Amino acid sequence: MQSIRFTRSPLLLQRLPSWRQRLLLWLFLTAFAALIVRSVYLQGFHNVFLGEQGRARYERVIDIFATRGRITDRHGDVLAVSTPVKSLWAIPEDVSLTPAQSRDFAKLIDIDLREMNHKLASERDFVYIKRQIPPDLAEQVAAHKYAGIHQQDEYRRYYPSGDVTAHMLGFTGSEDAGQEGIELAFNSQLAGKSGSRRVIKDRRGSIVEDVGSIHPPVEGKDIALALDGKIQYLAYHYLQQAIVENHAKAGGIVVVDTHTGEILALANLPTYNPNNRQHLVGAQLRNRAVTDSFEPGSTMKPFTVALALQEGKVRPETTIQTAPGKMTIGTATISDAHVHGLLSVAQVIQKSSNIGAAKIAAQMSASDMWAMFDSLGFGSSTKLGFPGEVGGRLRPAKTWKPIEQATMSYGHGISVTLMQIARAYQVFARDGDIVPLSLLRLDAPPANGVSVFSPKTAHEVRAMLELAVQNGGTAPQAQIPGYRVAGKTGTAHKVEGGVYANKYVSSFVGFAPASAPRLIVAVMIDEPSGAKHFGGDVAAPVFASVMAGALRSLGVAPDAPLVPLQIDNAEVVKEGI
Amino acid sequence: MVVICALGAVNSNHRARRLFTELEAEQKRMRDLDVEWGQLQLEQSTWSGHARIEKVAREKLGMYTPLPGQIMLVERATDGLAANTPAMAE
Repeated sequence: MQSIRFTRSPLLLQRLPSWRQRLLLWLFLTAFAALIVRSVYLQGFHNVFLGEQGRARYERVIDIFATRGRITDRHGDVLAVSTPVKSLWAIPEDVSLTPAQSRDFAKLIDIDLREMNHKLASERDFVYIKRQIPPDLAEQVAAHKYAGIHQQDEYRRYYPSGDVTAHMLGFTGSEDAGQEGIELAFNSQLAGKSGSRRVIKDRRGSIVEDVGSIHPPVEGKDIALALDGKIQYLAYHYLQQAIVENHAKAGGIVVVDTHTGEILALANLPTYNPNNRQHLVGAQLRNRAVTDSFEPGSTMKPFTVALALQEGKVRPETTIQTAPGKMTIGTATISDAHVHGLLSVAQVIQKSSNIGAAKIAAQMSASDMWAMFDSLGFGSSTKLGFPGEVGGRLRPAKTWKPIEQATMSYGHGISVTLMQIARAYQVFARDGDIVPLSLLRLDAPPANGVSVFSPKTAHEVRAMLELAVQNGGTAPQAQIPGYRVAGKTGTAHKVEGGVYANKYVSSFVGFAPASAPRLIVAVMIDEPSGAKHFGGDVAAPVFASVMAGALRSLGVAPDAPLVPLQIDNAEVVKEGI
Repeated sequence: MVVICALGAVNSNHRARRLFTELEAEQKRMRDLDVEWGQLQLEQSTWSGHARIEKVAREKLGMYTPLPGQIMLVERATDGLAANTPAMAE
C-alpha cells in the first residue's frame, strides 16, 4: 500500500463549504452563552435557595442549655443543684432489637421488660423509654449501639438534704420548672434561658467556626437562703421526735432571727423526699407553717395584754379577779381550766387565764384591738411568695360581738398561720417593732421596722413571758440551761364542721436569750393523741431542744448560770383552753 | 503574586480554624468541670449531712452534748467582752 503523508492527503485538497465552519462557531458561541446565562441565574437570582441548601449541609444550630441556679443555705452549703442526665427515647417503628438485646437493655437500665416492650409496641411516634438516667449509665447504653434508641440531654435537680428541707425548697418538674416552695417562688430568678449558636461543623463533627449571631444562654441565678442548715436539721429532728412521741397527726416549726427577720428554719411534718416523689399524697406536700391557719389559743394573750399596757388600761401589777373560773358574756360562758382567784396582769400571762385575758380585753374597744391585730400582720398574708400562702382570718371590728372580742383576746375566733405568729412575736423579742420576714439571706439587717408597741410595753410583756416558762408557769419544760427564755404556750380545740372537736392544736412560741433576744422559735403540733396534749407538755420541749441547739450553734453568749434545770412538774400550771 | 496571596489566605484561615477548635475544646472542658463541681458539691453535702454527722459522732465516736455542769465559759480578757463561744467539754 502506498503511503501518503497527511498534509498531502487528497481529501484536504477538497474545498469544504464555508457554512460548516460558521455553523460550528455559532454552536459553540451559543453553548457558551447558555452557560453564562445559567451561571448568572444560579449566582445572581437563584442564590437564596442554593445558599440555604449549602448551609444545611455544613451548618448546624446548636442549643446551649442554661443551668438552673443552685440553692444554698446561708453558709453556702448546697441545698439544690441541677446536674446533667440523659433521657432515652425512641421512635417505636425504627427500633429493631433481638429478644436477647431487649432483655439485656431492660436489665441494664433497670426497667420491666414487659413495660418496655409495651412502650415499643405502641402506635405513638415518640416514646420515652426511661427519663433522667445518670450519665455513666447513659454511656454504657450508648456503647451497645442499640438500633433506634436515642439519648437526649436533660437536667435533673438533686436535693442532698432530702426530706429535711422539702417544704422550704419545694421541687421542680421534669421540665425543670419550679412547682413548690422556693423553687416556685423564685422560679424566674433560678430558671435560666437556653441560648443557641449557628456553627460550621467539619466532617468529624467538630465545630470549626461560628457564623451569624450567637444568642448567649442566660444562666440561672444562684440563690442564698436565710436558712441555716444546722438549725434546720435540729428543728426537723426534734419536731419529728415530738410527733412520734405524741402520736400527732402533723406539726410545723419556724425559727426566725430577731435581728434581721431572716427565716433560719422552716419544717413541717409529714414530709416527703423531693428526690423520689413517687407515691406522694397531698398531706405530705402541705407547707403547713404558711398554708394552714389554725386557732392559736393562748399564744395570743400577750398581744391583748400588751395593748392594754400600751393604752394605760392596766399595769403589770394590776390585779384581776378570775374567780370563780367561769364568766358569762351574753349567752356564752367562758372558763379557765383551773380556778386561780385574784391574779395580777403578769400572772394572767404566767398562768394563762382566759377569764383574765377576757376581762382585760373588755376594757378596750373592738376597733383598737382590730387595729393592733392588723398591724401585727394577722389577717394578711406573710407575702413570702410561697404557693398557697394564706393570711388567716381576722373579721372586721364592726362585726365583733362582745363574746367574740372576749374569745379573741385568748386566741379563739381568729385564725393564723404559724409563720404569722412567729412574725408577730417580733414585737416582744425586738423592742416593740416588726421587720418583714425574709427567706433570703440579707447582707444588712433591715432598717427600722414598723413600730406596734413602745419599747417599754415590749419589755414589760417580755418579763411576763419569762414568768410563763419558769416554775409556776405553763411551760417550765421550755427552759434551757444557761439561757433566759421567754415564751407562751397555746392549746386550742380544733374546729371541725363549725363546732369545737375533742382534738387539739398545741403550740409554743418563744424567744431567747430573754436579756437580748436573738431567735424566735414557733412550734405547732397538730392533734397530739398521746397521754398529753397541752402546749407546755408537747410543744415546749421541742422549743427548748431546738433553741438550745440553735443558740449554741450561733455562739450566743449565755445570760444565765449554767446549772442543770430543776423542773418541778407538780407545780406546772395547766393553761385554760 | 496573586497565587502567593491566595495561599496566604488559605493558610491563615486554616490556622484560625485550628485555634477555634482548641478554644471550643477548652470551653467544653470548662463546662464539664462546672458540671463536675456541681456533682462534687452534691457529694460533699451528702457526706456532710447533719443527720450523718450526728449519727457518726454519737454512735461511732461516742460523743454527746455536754451537760450544763461540764461547760465552762471563758471570758475574753482583751476587749472586756464575754467570749462568744463557750469552751466545750468535748
